[in-house]
Formats: sequence, C-alpha cells, structure tokens
Amino acid sequence: MGKLTIGCFSSLVGSLSLDFAVKLSEVAVKKGHKVDLWVSGNATMLSKKGQRAFKDYSSLQKTLKELLETGSFQMTACEACAEARGYHKEDTMEGCKRFSMDWYLASCFSADRVLLIGGD
Amino acid sequence: MAIKKFAFIIRSLPYKTEASRLAMTHAIASQSVEIYLEDGDNVEPVVCFIGDGVFNCLKNQQAMKHYGITSLEQHIKNSLLLDLNIMICKEDIDRFGITEDSLIMDAEDIGGETNARIVPYSEIAKIMESVDHLQFF
Repeated sequence: MGKLTIGCFSSLVGSLSLDFAVKLSEVAVKKGHKVDLWVSGNATMLSKKGQRAFKDYSSLQKTLKELLETGSFQMTACEACAEARGYHKEDTMEGCKRFSMDWYLASCFSADRVLLIGGD
Repeated sequence: MAIKKFAFIIRSLPYKTEASRLAMTHAIASQSVEIYLEDGDNVEPVVCFIGDGVFNCLKNQQAMKHYGITSLEQHIKNSLLLDLNIMICKEDIDRFGITEDSLIMDAEDIGGETNARIVPYSEIAKIMESVDHLQFF
C-alpha cells in the first residue's frame, strides 16, 4: 500500500479544510495506506490538546485519537508555527509530534502522493 | 540514492495571508532535510511565482518597518543566497505592469550569486509536469 503526505495550513474550526484532510486521512488509513499529516501555520492548533467540543463547531479530537491508535497515521506540527502561537510542547495532544519544516519535506520525499489542502 | 524535485507554486498575495511566507520557509527548509534522509538522498526545490503571487517579488518591501516582521523580499534573497531556483511568470508581471527593475532578481547585497528568472508560463508549466511533488500556496 502507499504513503500519503498531507500538508495543511488552514485554521482550526474557522475553516473546514482540516476536517476534509482528517476525513481523507481516515479513508486512506481504512484502505490500508499510511498517512503523514503535517500541520503548519494556523493548522498547528489541530494538534493542541484540551479542545472542547461544541455542537456549533466541528471537533476532530476523537477521530484523530482513533487514527493515531491505528499506527498508520502520524500527525506532526510545525514547531516554530506552534511556538509563535503560544502553543508549547506540553500542550501537544498525546501521540502528536513537533518538528521543523524539514521533517515535512522528508515525509514528502518518501510519499507516493503529496497533497497540500486548504489555504487560510 | 535519489534526488526528488519539489515545486512550490506561489499564487498568493504577500502579507494578506501566511501562505507565501510558508511556501518560502518550507522551500528554504530543503537545506536541512538531509538529516532525515538516507545518505545520498536529497530534495531539490523550485519556487515559481504566478498570478497574484508575483507581488511577493517586488523590491523595497517595508515589512519590518510596518509589521515588525521579516519581509518576503528577505526570504526570496535568502533563497537566492542558497541557490534555490526561483522563477517569476512573465505574462503575470506584464499583466500587472510590473517591470523587471522593480523585482527582486538577485541577492548580491548579501553575497548571493544566483539570480531569479522571469520566464514564460510555458516554462513553469514544464516544471510542474516534471517535478515529483507539486504544491500550491
């Protein structure tokens, strides 16, 4: 099976691009593929723990937790983008990683397909 | 051992969103990607400015003065200093009435030896067809 690397820069809640990226990851993992999800810019907030679900807003925490437990899905946040937003290492959701942007390029290197989803 | 080519296609306006800045910082990150790769493997980035994205290439940006942040101009110059391949779409600068002398074409002031190139869109299209991975910002 293949490896998919998805880059996302869209904001959490304010855009549904992250929802799309996570749903796509879910489908790909169910089909047996491996997925690396890179969250940079405003999208780093997706990997922050302690998000509270409201009916008015989409909530991806449960799906992400299930995806991370599969072992076929990795979510990595851009460290500089996170720190710039006051989101520190200890705030990171369990199972998520934080690296610099070269990690994303390395993931792209070994990916069969790369998708960059969403703008702001 | 492999070299993979990545194209960063920038079509966003500077400063309105973070998109073009993220494109530049990700492209520049190719300089340290080797730490994650096998010996001999590497990434070769090419950065292309098209559509509204050509405005990122204007000279004399004052981002530090007005926003207190590094300018896209500085990122482009840093890219040239690192010998990244930078292309600017000729049809789009013509469309906006932008002339070559108002664009960041080199980084000589910081010791760069590589120049940006103004090229027809057909050349950028060929790049997009030839690279391993293509990303639009």
